[in-house]
Amino acid sequence: MKLLYFAWVRTNLGVSEESVDVPSGINDVRTLLNWLINRGESYKAAFSDPSLIRVAVNQEYVDLDHAITAGDEIAFFPPVTGG
Amino acid sequence: MIRVQQEDFDMGMELAKLTKNNYKIGGLTSFVGLVRDITAPEKISSMTLEHYPGMTEKQLEHIDSIAHQRWHLEASLIIHRYGKLDLGDQIVLVACASAHREEAFEACHFLIDWLKTKAPFWKLEETASGSKWVEAIHADKDAADRWSSE
Repeated sequence: MKLLYFAWVRTNLGVSEESVDVPSGINDVRTLLNWLINRGESYKAAFSDPSLIRVAVNQEYVDLDHAITAGDEIAFFPPVTGG
Repeated sequence: MIRVQQEDFDMGMELAKLTKNNYKIGGLTSFVGLVRDITAPEKISSMTLEHYPGMTEKQLEHIDSIAHQRWHLEASLIIHRYGKLDLGDQIVLVACASAHREEAFEACHFLIDWLKTKAPFWKLEETASGSKWVEAIHADKDAADRWSSE
């Protein structure tokens, strides 16, 4: 799956997008976040408080229970501040 | 109609285009958001707007279509800029045209309130001591929520 990061999530991780193959059992946003947290200190810092993060799957807002599959584009970002 | 662009826009020209040859329009409202200096006592030197290409357009189209379902609009326009902006620069234009002023006012207010909490844009402020991501404020969410409880 393709992961995208925006705003401080992107600057804290130092990467704007990456392709990842996740182990079986990672089948919704919540399990993906828990898997990401274990990828290193910067991931842990960015994702340990999910209330600070908004998630979009295939460019639509979703909640943590949303199911994900290998072909998805999943974006993580802080609450938006446009307008 | 929605547009996401780096370039500035000419509000007068955009509004003239929006209403041209449509004589059912009796009222036209518009809102323009500008880069203001909110980091007192420090001065912002500039601001950079990041967005999520693809999702931004989808969200704006979605918000625009909701406005057309809720109010009788003859025309509407959202232009949102991204990239580096200076103090006083135009960030966003929302315009709504309708037969009557109430619909035009309400739809315009709805659109700017909703896009502030839904459209994936993020502001990075640059000051003399470094750059800082602007935090979302609760008042913006309250303003958007007001439209769903009615």
